[in-house]
Amino acid sequence: MSQPSAICPNCGAPIRFRWSSAIQTTCEYCKSILVRHDVNLTKVGQVADLPPDISPIQIGTEGRYRDTAFQVVGRIIYSHAVGAWNEWHIVFSNGSSGWLSDAQAEYAVSFISAPESPLPPPDQIYRGFEYSQQGVRLSVTTLTEASYEGVEGELPFQFWDKTTCRFADLRSIDGRFATIDYTESPPLLFLGEFVDFDALRLVNLKEFEGWTA
Amino acid sequence: MNPAARKIVPKPKALNCPSCGSAIELRAMGAAATVVCSYCSTTLDATNPQLVILQKWQSQITVQPLIPLGSRGSLFGAVWEAIGFQQRGINVEGTNYFWREYVLFNPYKGFRYLSEYDNHWSFVTPLPSIPVPGANSAGRPTMAHGGVVYDHFQTAQAYTWFVIGEFPWQVKVGEVVTAADYVAPPRMLSSEATENEVTWSAGQYIDGNDIWAAFQLPGAAPPAIGAYSIQPSPVVSAPGRPWKLFFLFAALLFGMMILFATKARQETVLNETFTFQPAATGEKSLVTKSFDLKGDSANLQVEVNGELENAWAFIGMALINEQTGQAYDFGRQISYYHGVDGGESWTEDDRSDSTILPSIPGGRYYLRIEPETEAAAGSTLRAASPIRYSVKLVRDVPFYFRYILGVFLLFLPLPFMGRKGSNFEQLRWMESDYGAPPNVAVSLSDDSSGEDDDE
Repeated sequence: MSQPSAICPNCGAPIRFRWSSAIQTTCEYCKSILVRHDVNLTKVGQVADLPPDISPIQIGTEGRYRDTAFQVVGRIIYSHAVGAWNEWHIVFSNGSSGWLSDAQAEYAVSFISAPESPLPPPDQIYRGFEYSQQGVRLSVTTLTEASYEGVEGELPFQFWDKTTCRFADLRSIDGRFATIDYTESPPLLFLGEFVDFDALRLVNLKEFEGWTA
Repeated sequence: MNPAARKIVPKPKALNCPSCGSAIELRAMGAAATVVCSYCSTTLDATNPQLVILQKWQSQITVQPLIPLGSRGSLFGAVWEAIGFQQRGINVEGTNYFWREYVLFNPYKGFRYLSEYDNHWSFVTPLPSIPVPGANSAGRPTMAHGGVVYDHFQTAQAYTWFVIGEFPWQVKVGEVVTAADYVAPPRMLSSEATENEVTWSAGQYIDGNDIWAAFQLPGAAPPAIGAYSIQPSPVVSAPGRPWKLFFLFAALLFGMMILFATKARQETVLNETFTFQPAATGEKSLVTKSFDLKGDSANLQVEVNGELENAWAFIGMALINEQTGQAYDFGRQISYYHGVDGGESWTEDDRSDSTILPSIPGGRYYLRIEPETEAAAGSTLRAASPIRYSVKLVRDVPFYFRYILGVFLLFLPLPFMGRKGSNFEQLRWMESDYGAPPNVAVSLSDDSSGEDDDE
């Protein structure tokens, strides 16, 4: 993992990249959202105060998934009508990247996946809709209208000004998991599985007063 | 190494209820979506720092949680804090059935639930995967998950009646979800469905006393009422299981018998031969020499052997403690008859008899013996002949009868056990949509069928 350094165009603080392929990051000091063009960084926005922390995970948390070490380098916070969830951007020791989602301490690891068949448009998906990908039969269990609440750290794409969008969560009979993300058109498909908190063997977790991990 | 890693998230600060001004403690570190004020029952949006009012309380009923919110307990390998409580109910043919749910929280492990109905408890874990629908041999719906087939128990509209504390979803009094339960005692699969979401969870039966111990609640768990959908059958209902238990306990009894038999001292404390002269006049009774019965209380076997010839004798005896004068009276009858009847010879041989005196305390004893025969009462010639008899006392002998009795008593309930088990199953399924166990084909009326999983 190389760590190219740059300077924040807004406040001049050093920006250290944990992941060489990061497109976007936030300045730890002035909270500017920075987008990388070649070697230069451009300020595209400002992060508002993040909502109260709802996850034991933080930037810098390390763990293992299927015997490959990963590090948490960024996140997107979504909120919907009845709560919020985190999509933590994780970078593996082999250079690939994925997402560790934490929805009220229900953890899932997923990776972007090219849809094998066309995904339904947002107005034609419903609870119980079935979709097969990589031989896994998945069924829509939750439809959510979510909005972007904030970003932090390094992301593989520019993500700073998205509006309310539809998300469909799909589950299988054997703990596999998928999300259809309608923030882009055509929609994106993420495929993965639910993971047990203890199995991730996470370190550098946030500490909660009065609790031990 | 990471400076941020040492950042400790402090306990949330107390906020004030915007409706009544009471202090509200947020326990779930921001993971909760809803918090309901314990004082005025106003429902607030916990994700908003301003605690926006979602619902003002319309007081209908108030329910006190048995596990106070804020208490912590260790269950199934993790520490959980009770942060929320709600009472929900279903209406079946005009009758409301209520149950209560506790939200348990751990900032790392997330949320679990304790569900309580008539003091029957279950520990509920959200299920990440979805079960596979099917049908059993009687055509009734099932769900399969993790190699277990669950029988459909009930589908109903669950109505939220009362809420306090924090919830990971936005909960409101009056909220209605379609709740379906599938059971494989002691486990349950439950689904809750709204238009846009279906969630599955797995419950397992837990003894109320285990919860009282885990959360260190005062007193004892209130006793459970009736048969619950996933209560383990209190009577072993699996075929063969009573027999296994029978053989286990029979083997145990046999082991005890062997143990006590080998431990028995079997010490002969007296073995004497006497001659009884029925024709003689004067005092017939005699006393033996003294002997010691060692140790604490133990049994004493008395064996009487006589040489008789077409006669009977009753040997009356009294075992007398030299020190205390305590006497144990008993007697044995012996007889021997033989002859030829219609060219066939016959015998009735009861020349020896024995008995066991239970629990004779240790000490120094002697035996007073008073024999009797018919010659003593009347006078026939043949009975006048002297009778030689011996008395043998053996201290601490193995005693087999009680083991035979034990095995017999163990056997007694066996023929009834299977029946009682099926009675419990009848009771369990009485409250289901079917009113009968899953092997019975029952067609449901349209209004209660919630099986059509999705549209």
